[in-house]
Amino acid sequence: MNKSVLSFQNVSFTYKNGDQAILKSLNLDVKEGEFVSIVGASGSGKSTLFRLITGLEQQSEGDIMINGQSYEKRLGKVGYMPQQDLLLPWRTILDNAALPLELHNVSKASAHRQVSQLLEEFGLKGYENRFPSDLSGGMKQRVSFLRTVLSGSNVLLLDEPFSALDAITRLSMQEWLLEQWQKRKHTILFITHDVNEALFLSDRIFIFSDKPVSHLEEIQVPLSRPRTQKDLNQQRVLDVKDYLIEQLRSKVNT
Amino acid sequence: MKKYGASVILVVILLAAWEIGARIVNYPFILPTPTGILTKLWDLRMDLLFKHLPATLSIVVIGLLISVVLGVLLAVWMNWSPLIERAFYPLIIASQMIPTIAIAPVFVLWFGYSIWSKVIVTVLITFFPITVSTFDGLRSTNKELKELMLTMGATKKDIFFKLNIPSALPHFYSGLKVAVTFSIIGAAIGEWLGAQAGLGYFSRRMMTQFDAAGVFAPIVILSALGILFFIIVVGFEKRSLKWRKTE
Repeated sequence: MNKSVLSFQNVSFTYKNGDQAILKSLNLDVKEGEFVSIVGASGSGKSTLFRLITGLEQQSEGDIMINGQSYEKRLGKVGYMPQQDLLLPWRTILDNAALPLELHNVSKASAHRQVSQLLEEFGLKGYENRFPSDLSGGMKQRVSFLRTVLSGSNVLLLDEPFSALDAITRLSMQEWLLEQWQKRKHTILFITHDVNEALFLSDRIFIFSDKPVSHLEEIQVPLSRPRTQKDLNQQRVLDVKDYLIEQLRSKVNT
Repeated sequence: MKKYGASVILVVILLAAWEIGARIVNYPFILPTPTGILTKLWDLRMDLLFKHLPATLSIVVIGLLISVVLGVLLAVWMNWSPLIERAFYPLIIASQMIPTIAIAPVFVLWFGYSIWSKVIVTVLITFFPITVSTFDGLRSTNKELKELMLTMGATKKDIFFKLNIPSALPHFYSGLKVAVTFSIIGAAIGEWLGAQAGLGYFSRRMMTQFDAAGVFAPIVILSALGILFFIIVVGFEKRSLKWRKTE
Protein backbone atom coordinates (compact mmCIF):
# COMPACT_ATOMS: atom_id res chain seq x y z
CA MET A 1 0.00 0.00 0.00
CA ASN A 2 2.86 2.38 0.61
CA LYS A 3 4.71 2.01 -2.65
CA SER A 4 5.31 5.33 -4.34
CA VAL A 5 3.73 5.51 -7.81
CA LEU A 6 4.51 9.11 -8.62
CA SER A 7 7.27 11.26 -7.29
CA PHE A 8 8.83 14.58 -8.17
CA GLN A 9 12.41 15.10 -7.12
CA ASN A 10 13.57 18.71 -7.20
CA VAL A 11 11.60 19.39 -10.35
CA SER A 12 11.87 22.83 -11.91
CA PHE A 13 10.00 23.99 -14.96
CA THR A 14 9.75 27.11 -17.08
CA TYR A 15 7.79 27.34 -20.33
CA LYS A 16 10.07 27.75 -23.32
CA ASN A 17 9.01 31.29 -24.13
CA GLY A 18 7.94 32.21 -20.59
CA ASP A 19 10.08 34.31 -18.33
CA GLN A 20 8.61 33.15 -15.05
CA ALA A 21 9.39 29.75 -13.60
CA ILE A 22 6.27 27.70 -12.82
CA LEU A 23 7.88 25.08 -10.60
CA LYS A 24 11.06 25.43 -8.64
CA SER A 25 12.73 22.34 -7.20
CA LEU A 26 9.42 20.86 -6.21
CA ASN A 27 9.17 17.57 -4.37
CA LEU A 28 6.07 15.48 -4.10
CA ASP A 29 5.19 11.91 -3.54
CA VAL A 30 1.96 10.01 -4.21
CA LYS A 31 1.46 6.51 -2.88
CA GLU A 32 -0.21 3.60 -4.56
CA GLY A 33 -4.00 3.67 -4.30
CA GLU A 34 -4.19 7.24 -3.02
CA PHE A 35 -6.75 9.79 -4.07
CA VAL A 36 -5.08 13.19 -4.12
CA SER A 37 -6.76 16.45 -5.06
CA ILE A 38 -4.95 19.55 -6.20
CA VAL A 39 -6.59 22.89 -5.56
CA GLY A 40 -5.37 26.36 -6.39
CA ALA A 41 -6.39 29.56 -8.09
CA SER A 42 -6.66 29.60 -11.89
CA GLY A 43 -3.32 30.07 -13.55
CA SER A 44 -1.42 28.72 -10.57
CA GLY A 45 0.15 25.96 -12.64
CA LYS A 46 -2.07 23.01 -11.75
CA SER A 47 -2.53 22.05 -15.37
CA THR A 48 1.19 22.49 -15.97
CA LEU A 49 1.78 19.85 -13.32
CA PHE A 50 -0.36 17.44 -15.34
CA ARG A 51 1.35 18.36 -18.57
CA LEU A 52 4.65 17.45 -16.93
CA ILE A 53 3.42 14.14 -15.57
CA THR A 54 1.89 13.07 -18.88
CA GLY A 55 5.06 14.03 -20.72
CA LEU A 56 3.54 16.77 -22.88
CA GLU A 57 6.17 19.02 -21.30
CA GLN A 58 9.66 18.15 -20.14
CA GLN A 59 11.00 19.44 -16.84
CA SER A 60 13.98 21.79 -16.98
CA GLU A 61 15.57 20.14 -13.96
CA GLY A 62 14.98 17.28 -11.58
CA ASP A 63 13.42 13.89 -11.96
CA ILE A 64 9.85 12.66 -12.37
CA MET A 65 9.38 9.03 -11.48
CA ILE A 66 6.34 6.98 -12.42
CA ASN A 67 6.05 3.63 -10.64
CA GLY A 68 9.60 4.09 -9.45
CA GLN A 69 10.96 4.56 -12.93
CA SER A 70 12.24 7.63 -14.66
CA TYR A 71 11.51 7.80 -18.40
CA GLU A 72 13.12 9.72 -21.22
CA LYS A 73 9.69 10.09 -22.83
CA ARG A 74 6.75 9.79 -20.47
CA LEU A 75 3.99 9.98 -23.10
CA GLY A 76 1.65 7.04 -22.80
CA LYS A 77 2.66 6.12 -19.24
CA VAL A 78 -0.29 7.57 -17.31
CA GLY A 79 -4.00 7.95 -18.01
CA TYR A 80 -5.14 11.53 -18.55
CA MET A 81 -8.71 12.77 -18.51
CA PRO A 82 -9.15 16.35 -19.72
CA GLN A 83 -11.61 18.97 -18.58
CA GLN A 84 -13.71 18.76 -21.74
CA ASP A 85 -14.67 15.22 -22.61
CA LEU A 86 -12.71 15.48 -25.90
CA LEU A 87 -14.42 12.52 -27.48
CA LEU A 88 -13.89 12.09 -31.21
CA PRO A 89 -17.25 13.13 -32.70
CA TRP A 90 -16.93 10.76 -35.67
CA ARG A 91 -16.41 7.69 -33.52
CA THR A 92 -19.12 5.70 -31.79
CA ILE A 93 -18.99 5.33 -28.02
CA LEU A 94 -17.50 1.87 -28.44
CA ASP A 95 -14.75 3.12 -30.75
CA ASN A 96 -14.08 6.17 -28.63
CA ALA A 97 -13.51 4.09 -25.52
CA ALA A 98 -11.39 1.63 -27.49
CA LEU A 99 -9.02 4.34 -28.74
CA PRO A 100 -6.21 3.84 -26.19
CA LEU A 101 -6.30 0.08 -26.77
CA GLU A 102 -6.14 0.67 -30.50
CA LEU A 103 -3.10 2.89 -30.03
CA HIS A 104 -1.43 0.09 -28.11
CA ASN A 105 -2.03 -2.18 -31.10
CA VAL A 106 -4.70 -4.31 -29.44
CA SER A 107 -6.77 -5.97 -32.16
CA LYS A 108 -10.14 -4.39 -32.86
CA ALA A 109 -12.11 -7.46 -31.81
CA SER A 110 -10.27 -7.77 -28.52
CA ALA A 111 -10.51 -4.01 -27.85
CA HIS A 112 -14.25 -4.08 -28.46
CA ARG A 113 -14.61 -7.06 -26.16
CA GLN A 114 -12.77 -5.27 -23.36
CA VAL A 115 -14.90 -2.15 -23.77
CA SER A 116 -18.14 -4.10 -23.96
CA GLN A 117 -17.41 -5.81 -20.65
CA LEU A 118 -17.17 -2.45 -18.93
CA LEU A 119 -20.08 -0.63 -20.57
CA GLU A 120 -22.65 -1.77 -18.03
CA GLU A 121 -20.62 -0.63 -15.04
CA PHE A 122 -20.09 2.73 -16.67
CA GLY A 123 -23.81 3.14 -17.30
CA LEU A 124 -23.34 3.11 -21.04
CA LYS A 125 -25.01 -0.15 -21.96
CA GLY A 126 -27.10 0.28 -25.11
CA TYR A 127 -25.19 3.35 -26.18
CA GLU A 128 -22.20 1.59 -27.73
CA ASN A 129 -23.19 2.43 -31.29
CA ARG A 130 -24.33 5.98 -30.62
CA PHE A 131 -22.24 9.03 -31.32
CA PRO A 132 -21.03 11.44 -28.62
CA SER A 133 -23.49 14.10 -29.80
CA ASP A 134 -26.34 11.81 -28.69
CA LEU A 135 -25.13 11.73 -25.07
CA SER A 136 -25.65 13.99 -22.08
CA GLY A 137 -22.73 15.77 -20.41
CA GLY A 138 -22.50 13.27 -17.57
CA MET A 139 -22.52 10.32 -19.94
CA LYS A 140 -19.82 11.85 -22.11
CA GLN A 141 -17.65 12.25 -19.03
CA ARG A 142 -18.22 8.60 -18.17
CA VAL A 143 -17.09 7.59 -21.66
CA SER A 144 -14.07 9.83 -21.22
CA PHE A 145 -13.31 8.21 -17.86
CA LEU A 146 -13.76 4.74 -19.32
CA ARG A 147 -11.28 5.68 -22.03
CA THR A 148 -8.85 6.89 -19.37
CA VAL A 149 -9.22 3.65 -17.41
CA LEU A 150 -8.55 1.66 -20.57
CA SER A 151 -5.24 3.43 -21.02
CA GLY A 152 -4.15 0.60 -18.76
CA SER A 153 -2.15 2.80 -16.45
CA ASN A 154 -2.46 2.57 -12.66
CA VAL A 155 -2.06 6.34 -12.33
CA LEU A 156 -4.95 8.49 -13.54
CA LEU A 157 -4.84 12.27 -13.84
CA LEU A 158 -8.24 13.94 -13.86
CA ASP A 159 -8.28 17.63 -14.76
CA GLU A 160 -11.50 19.24 -13.45
CA PRO A 161 -13.55 16.51 -15.11
CA PHE A 162 -16.89 17.53 -13.60
CA SER A 163 -16.61 21.31 -13.77
CA ALA A 164 -18.92 21.61 -16.77
CA LEU A 165 -21.70 19.52 -15.23
CA ASP A 166 -24.71 20.79 -13.33
CA ALA A 167 -24.63 20.50 -9.54
CA ILE A 168 -26.81 17.39 -9.21
CA THR A 169 -25.08 15.45 -11.96
CA ARG A 170 -21.79 16.45 -10.45
CA LEU A 171 -22.69 14.98 -7.05
CA SER A 172 -23.73 11.66 -8.51
CA MET A 173 -20.62 11.57 -10.70
CA GLN A 174 -18.46 12.13 -7.62
CA GLU A 175 -20.10 9.21 -5.83
CA TRP A 176 -19.78 7.07 -8.90
CA LEU A 177 -16.12 7.97 -9.31
CA LEU A 178 -15.36 6.97 -5.71
CA GLU A 179 -17.06 3.63 -6.28
CA GLN A 180 -14.99 3.00 -9.38
CA TRP A 181 -11.81 4.05 -7.66
CA GLN A 182 -12.40 1.78 -4.68
CA LYS A 183 -13.11 -1.13 -6.97
CA ARG A 184 -10.17 -0.66 -9.33
CA LYS A 185 -7.47 0.45 -6.90
CA HIS A 186 -6.15 3.15 -9.16
CA THR A 187 -4.12 6.05 -7.93
CA ILE A 188 -5.94 9.26 -8.81
CA LEU A 189 -4.72 12.84 -9.03
CA PHE A 190 -7.64 15.18 -9.31
CA ILE A 191 -7.55 18.87 -10.12
CA THR A 192 -10.53 20.88 -8.94
CA HIS A 193 -11.72 24.38 -8.08
CA ASP A 194 -14.39 23.05 -5.84
CA VAL A 195 -13.36 22.70 -2.20
CA ASN A 196 -16.32 20.44 -1.35
CA GLU A 197 -15.45 18.15 -4.20
CA ALA A 198 -11.85 17.91 -3.02
CA LEU A 199 -12.91 17.14 0.57
CA PHE A 200 -15.44 14.54 -0.43
CA LEU A 201 -13.14 12.65 -2.75
CA SER A 202 -9.62 12.84 -1.43
CA ASP A 203 -7.24 11.32 1.05
CA ARG A 204 -4.96 14.30 0.75
CA ILE A 205 -5.31 17.76 -0.74
CA PHE A 206 -2.41 19.71 -2.20
CA ILE A 207 -2.70 23.49 -2.29
CA PHE A 208 -0.92 25.24 -5.10
CA SER A 209 0.77 28.34 -3.77
CA ASP A 210 2.33 31.31 -5.52
CA LYS A 211 4.55 30.91 -8.54
CA PRO A 212 7.13 29.56 -8.75
CA VAL A 213 5.80 26.61 -6.79
CA SER A 214 8.52 25.15 -4.65
CA HIS A 215 6.40 23.64 -1.93
CA LEU A 216 2.90 22.24 -1.84
CA GLU A 217 0.94 22.68 1.32
CA GLU A 218 -0.66 19.41 2.13
CA ILE A 219 -3.88 18.69 4.02
CA GLN A 220 -5.03 15.32 5.26
CA VAL A 221 -8.81 14.97 4.93
CA PRO A 222 -10.16 14.00 8.38
CA LEU A 223 -12.67 11.46 7.09
CA SER A 224 -12.67 7.69 6.83
CA ARG A 225 -14.21 5.72 3.99
CA PRO A 226 -16.84 4.99 2.82
CA ARG A 227 -18.14 8.54 2.98
CA THR A 228 -21.36 10.26 2.17
CA GLN A 229 -22.01 13.85 1.20
CA LYS A 230 -23.46 14.38 4.72
CA ASP A 231 -20.06 13.72 6.27
CA LEU A 232 -18.96 17.04 4.86
CA ASN A 233 -21.07 18.73 7.54
CA GLN A 234 -18.94 17.44 10.41
CA GLN A 235 -17.29 20.23 12.37
CA ARG A 236 -13.71 19.11 11.79
CA VAL A 237 -14.36 18.94 8.04
CA LEU A 238 -15.91 22.39 8.10
CA ASP A 239 -12.83 23.70 9.87
CA VAL A 240 -10.60 22.27 7.15
CA LYS A 241 -12.89 23.73 4.53
CA ASP A 242 -12.69 27.19 6.06
CA TYR A 243 -8.94 26.91 6.17
CA LEU A 244 -8.79 25.82 2.52
CA ILE A 245 -11.01 28.67 1.35
CA GLU A 246 -8.94 31.13 3.31
CA GLN A 247 -5.77 29.80 1.72
CA LEU A 248 -7.20 30.01 -1.77
CA ARG A 249 -8.58 33.49 -1.17
CA SER A 250 -5.27 34.83 0.05
CA LYS A 251 -3.67 33.40 -3.11
CA VAL A 252 -6.17 35.26 -5.26
CA ASN A 253 -5.66 38.54 -3.44
CA THR A 254 -1.90 38.64 -3.78
CA MET B 1 -41.57 17.85 -51.44
CA LYS B 2 -42.67 20.69 -49.22
CA LYS B 3 -39.02 21.80 -49.08
CA TYR B 4 -38.75 22.28 -52.83
CA GLY B 5 -42.35 23.34 -53.53
CA ALA B 6 -41.59 27.06 -53.69
CA SER B 7 -38.68 26.69 -56.07
CA VAL B 8 -40.62 24.30 -58.32
CA ILE B 9 -43.43 26.84 -58.60
CA LEU B 10 -40.94 29.59 -59.41
CA VAL B 11 -39.30 27.50 -62.14
CA VAL B 12 -42.68 26.72 -63.69
CA ILE B 13 -43.58 30.42 -63.70
CA LEU B 14 -40.25 31.39 -65.28
CA LEU B 15 -40.52 28.70 -67.94
CA ALA B 16 -44.07 29.76 -68.76
CA ALA B 17 -43.00 33.40 -69.07
CA TRP B 18 -40.14 32.35 -71.32
CA GLU B 19 -42.42 30.24 -73.49
CA ILE B 20 -44.95 33.05 -73.91
CA GLY B 21 -42.26 35.71 -74.44
CA ALA B 22 -40.45 33.65 -77.04
CA ARG B 23 -43.68 33.01 -78.92
CA ILE B 24 -44.46 36.72 -78.99
CA VAL B 25 -40.94 37.62 -80.18
CA ASN B 26 -41.12 34.80 -82.67
CA TYR B 27 -37.47 34.59 -83.75
CA PRO B 28 -36.87 30.89 -82.90
CA PHE B 29 -33.31 30.92 -84.28
CA ILE B 30 -32.36 33.58 -81.70
CA LEU B 31 -34.74 32.96 -78.79
CA PRO B 32 -36.04 29.40 -78.75
CA THR B 33 -38.98 28.34 -76.62
CA PRO B 34 -38.49 25.80 -73.83
CA THR B 35 -40.69 23.36 -75.70
CA GLY B 36 -38.61 23.99 -78.81
CA ILE B 37 -35.47 23.11 -76.83
CA LEU B 38 -37.06 19.93 -75.55
CA THR B 39 -38.09 18.94 -79.07
CA LYS B 40 -34.53 19.58 -80.25
CA LEU B 41 -33.20 17.53 -77.36
CA TRP B 42 -35.39 14.65 -78.38
CA ASP B 43 -34.39 14.92 -82.07
CA LEU B 44 -30.69 14.97 -81.25
CA ARG B 45 -30.85 12.43 -78.42
CA MET B 46 -28.73 9.76 -80.09
CA ASP B 47 -25.90 12.13 -81.01
CA LEU B 48 -25.98 14.02 -77.73
CA LEU B 49 -26.19 11.06 -75.39
CA PHE B 50 -23.94 8.57 -77.15
CA LYS B 51 -21.36 10.75 -78.83
CA HIS B 52 -21.03 14.09 -77.08
CA LEU B 53 -22.00 13.20 -73.53
CA PRO B 54 -19.34 10.45 -73.21
CA ALA B 55 -16.68 12.87 -74.48
CA THR B 56 -17.59 15.50 -71.90
CA LEU B 57 -18.10 12.96 -69.16
CA SER B 58 -14.61 11.53 -69.58
CA ILE B 59 -13.08 15.01 -69.35
CA VAL B 60 -15.01 15.73 -66.18
CA VAL B 61 -14.21 12.40 -64.53
CA ILE B 62 -10.50 12.38 -65.44
CA GLY B 63 -10.16 16.06 -64.50
CA LEU B 64 -11.85 15.55 -61.13
CA LEU B 65 -9.79 12.47 -60.30
CA ILE B 66 -6.56 14.32 -61.03
CA SER B 67 -7.75 17.31 -59.00
CA VAL B 68 -8.68 15.21 -55.99
CA VAL B 69 -5.39 13.31 -55.96
CA LEU B 70 -3.32 16.42 -56.62
CA GLY B 71 -5.30 18.64 -54.28
CA VAL B 72 -5.31 16.25 -51.35
CA LEU B 73 -1.61 15.41 -51.70
CA LEU B 74 -0.70 19.07 -51.90
CA ALA B 75 -2.87 19.88 -48.88
CA VAL B 76 -1.28 17.09 -46.85
CA TRP B 77 2.18 18.19 -47.90
CA MET B 78 1.50 21.84 -47.00
CA ASN B 79 0.09 20.77 -43.66
CA TRP B 80 3.16 18.68 -43.00
CA SER B 81 5.72 21.37 -43.72
CA PRO B 82 5.35 25.12 -43.12
CA LEU B 83 8.07 25.71 -45.70
CA ILE B 84 6.05 23.94 -48.37
CA GLU B 85 2.99 25.92 -47.31
CA ARG B 86 4.83 29.22 -47.65
CA ALA B 87 6.20 28.18 -51.03
CA PHE B 88 3.02 26.81 -52.58
CA TYR B 89 0.11 28.69 -51.04
CA PRO B 90 0.71 31.99 -52.89
CA LEU B 91 1.17 30.10 -56.16
CA ILE B 92 -2.10 28.27 -55.67
CA ILE B 93 -3.92 31.56 -55.10
CA ALA B 94 -2.15 33.12 -58.09
CA SER B 95 -3.22 30.24 -60.31
CA GLN B 96 -6.81 31.28 -59.68
CA MET B 97 -6.14 34.84 -60.84
CA ILE B 98 -5.39 33.63 -64.36
CA PRO B 99 -8.50 34.06 -66.49
CA THR B 100 -9.16 30.47 -67.51
CA ILE B 101 -10.81 31.41 -70.76
CA ALA B 102 -7.74 33.39 -71.78
CA ILE B 103 -5.20 30.71 -70.99
CA ALA B 104 -7.19 27.77 -72.34
CA PRO B 105 -6.14 28.42 -75.98
CA VAL B 106 -2.53 27.90 -74.88
CA PHE B 107 -3.42 24.40 -73.76
CA VAL B 108 -5.05 23.74 -77.11
CA LEU B 109 -1.82 24.93 -78.68
CA TRP B 110 0.20 22.52 -76.56
CA PHE B 111 -2.04 19.49 -76.49
CA GLY B 112 -4.05 19.97 -79.64
CA TYR B 113 -7.65 18.79 -79.82
CA SER B 114 -6.88 15.76 -77.66
CA ILE B 115 -8.73 15.24 -74.40
CA TRP B 116 -5.78 16.58 -72.37
CA SER B 117 -6.19 20.24 -73.26
CA LYS B 118 -9.71 20.07 -71.81
CA VAL B 119 -8.65 18.00 -68.81
CA ILE B 120 -6.06 20.62 -67.91
CA VAL B 121 -8.60 23.42 -68.00
CA THR B 122 -10.83 21.35 -65.73
CA VAL B 123 -8.00 20.58 -63.33
CA LEU B 124 -6.94 24.22 -63.25
CA ILE B 125 -10.28 25.36 -61.91
CA THR B 126 -11.21 22.37 -59.73
CA PHE B 127 -8.03 21.64 -57.79
CA PHE B 128 -8.22 24.99 -56.04
CA PRO B 129 -11.36 24.44 -53.95
CA ILE B 130 -10.22 20.92 -53.11
CA THR B 131 -6.71 21.91 -52.04
CA VAL B 132 -7.73 24.94 -50.02
CA SER B 133 -10.62 23.30 -48.22
CA THR B 134 -8.69 20.11 -47.43
CA PHE B 135 -5.77 22.15 -46.17
CA ASP B 136 -8.05 24.25 -43.95
CA GLY B 137 -9.65 21.03 -42.73
CA LEU B 138 -6.30 19.51 -41.78
CA ARG B 139 -5.35 22.68 -39.99
CA SER B 140 -8.64 22.80 -38.10
CA THR B 141 -7.59 19.71 -36.11
CA ASN B 142 -8.27 20.34 -32.45
CA LYS B 143 -4.95 20.82 -30.65
CA GLU B 144 -6.31 19.46 -27.37
CA LEU B 145 -7.43 16.25 -29.06
CA LYS B 146 -3.97 15.90 -30.50
CA GLU B 147 -2.38 16.33 -27.08
CA LEU B 148 -4.80 13.89 -25.54
CA MET B 149 -3.86 11.29 -28.13
CA LEU B 150 -0.19 11.97 -27.45
CA THR B 151 -0.73 11.26 -23.76
CA MET B 152 -2.13 7.89 -24.83
CA GLY B 153 1.13 7.18 -26.60
CA ALA B 154 -0.06 7.93 -30.17
CA THR B 155 2.54 8.12 -32.93
CA LYS B 156 2.61 10.76 -35.69
CA LYS B 157 1.04 8.22 -38.00
CA ASP B 158 -1.78 7.53 -35.50
CA ILE B 159 -2.49 11.25 -35.20
CA PHE B 160 -2.59 11.65 -38.97
CA PHE B 161 -4.90 8.75 -39.73
CA LYS B 162 -7.10 8.76 -36.64
CA LEU B 163 -7.34 12.50 -36.06
CA ASN B 164 -6.21 14.74 -38.94
CA ILE B 165 -7.97 12.90 -41.72
CA PRO B 166 -11.35 12.54 -39.99
CA SER B 167 -11.16 16.22 -38.95
CA ALA B 168 -10.48 17.29 -42.54
CA LEU B 169 -13.16 15.12 -44.14
CA PRO B 170 -16.14 17.52 -43.80
CA HIS B 171 -14.01 20.32 -45.28
CA PHE B 172 -12.87 18.08 -48.09
CA TYR B 173 -16.47 17.38 -49.02
CA SER B 174 -17.32 21.08 -49.07
CA GLY B 175 -14.45 21.61 -51.49
CA LEU B 176 -15.49 18.66 -53.60
CA LYS B 177 -19.04 19.97 -53.92
CA VAL B 178 -17.73 23.24 -55.32
CA ALA B 179 -15.27 21.37 -57.54
CA VAL B 180 -17.83 19.11 -59.22
CA THR B 181 -19.93 22.06 -60.30
CA PHE B 182 -16.83 23.87 -61.57
CA SER B 183 -15.68 20.75 -63.42
CA ILE B 184 -18.66 20.92 -65.78
CA ILE B 185 -17.89 24.56 -66.53
CA GLY B 186 -14.21 23.74 -67.08
CA ALA B 187 -14.96 20.94 -69.49
CA ALA B 188 -17.44 23.08 -71.44
CA ILE B 189 -14.98 25.99 -71.72
CA GLY B 190 -12.26 23.63 -72.89
CA GLU B 191 -14.53 22.19 -75.53
CA TRP B 192 -15.63 25.58 -76.73
CA LEU B 193 -12.06 26.48 -77.54
CA GLY B 194 -11.03 23.38 -79.33
CA ALA B 195 -12.56 19.95 -79.60
CA GLN B 196 -14.00 17.47 -82.05
CA ALA B 197 -16.73 16.18 -79.80
CA GLY B 198 -18.42 17.03 -76.51
CA LEU B 199 -21.45 18.94 -75.34
CA GLY B 200 -19.61 22.28 -75.23
CA TYR B 201 -18.28 21.73 -78.72
CA PHE B 202 -21.72 20.79 -80.01
CA SER B 203 -23.30 23.86 -78.47
CA ARG B 204 -20.77 26.10 -80.20
CA ARG B 205 -21.27 24.37 -83.55
CA MET B 206 -25.01 24.97 -83.34
CA MET B 207 -24.34 28.65 -82.67
CA THR B 208 -22.47 29.02 -85.94
CA GLN B 209 -25.54 27.52 -87.61
CA PHE B 210 -27.91 29.99 -85.91
CA ASP B 211 -29.71 27.11 -84.25
CA ALA B 212 -30.54 28.58 -80.83
CA ALA B 213 -32.48 25.52 -79.69
CA GLY B 214 -29.45 23.45 -80.66
CA VAL B 215 -27.25 25.68 -78.48
CA PHE B 216 -29.52 25.20 -75.52
CA ALA B 217 -30.09 21.46 -75.82
CA PRO B 218 -26.56 20.40 -74.78
CA ILE B 219 -26.60 23.06 -72.06
CA VAL B 220 -29.63 21.37 -70.54
CA ILE B 221 -27.68 18.11 -70.42
CA LEU B 222 -24.62 19.87 -68.95
CA SER B 223 -26.73 21.34 -66.17
CA ALA B 224 -28.36 18.00 -65.46
CA LEU B 225 -24.89 16.43 -65.32
CA GLY B 226 -23.74 19.05 -62.81
CA ILE B 227 -26.75 18.47 -60.60
CA LEU B 228 -26.29 14.71 -60.80
CA PHE B 229 -22.63 14.94 -59.77
CA PHE B 230 -23.54 17.21 -56.89
CA ILE B 231 -26.15 14.76 -55.64
CA ILE B 232 -23.65 11.90 -55.86
CA VAL B 233 -21.14 13.82 -53.75
CA VAL B 234 -23.81 14.70 -51.19
CA GLY B 235 -24.68 10.99 -51.04
CA PHE B 236 -21.08 10.05 -50.29
CA GLU B 237 -20.84 12.85 -47.78
CA LYS B 238 -23.90 11.68 -45.87
CA ARG B 239 -22.60 8.13 -45.80
CA SER B 240 -19.16 8.94 -44.47
CA LEU B 241 -20.26 11.70 -42.08
CA LYS B 242 -23.09 9.81 -40.43
CA TRP B 243 -22.11 11.24 -37.07
CA ARG B 244 -22.98 14.74 -38.17
CA LYS B 245 -26.43 15.88 -37.19
CA THR B 246 -28.04 17.35 -40.26
CA GLU B 247 -30.59 19.46 -38.47
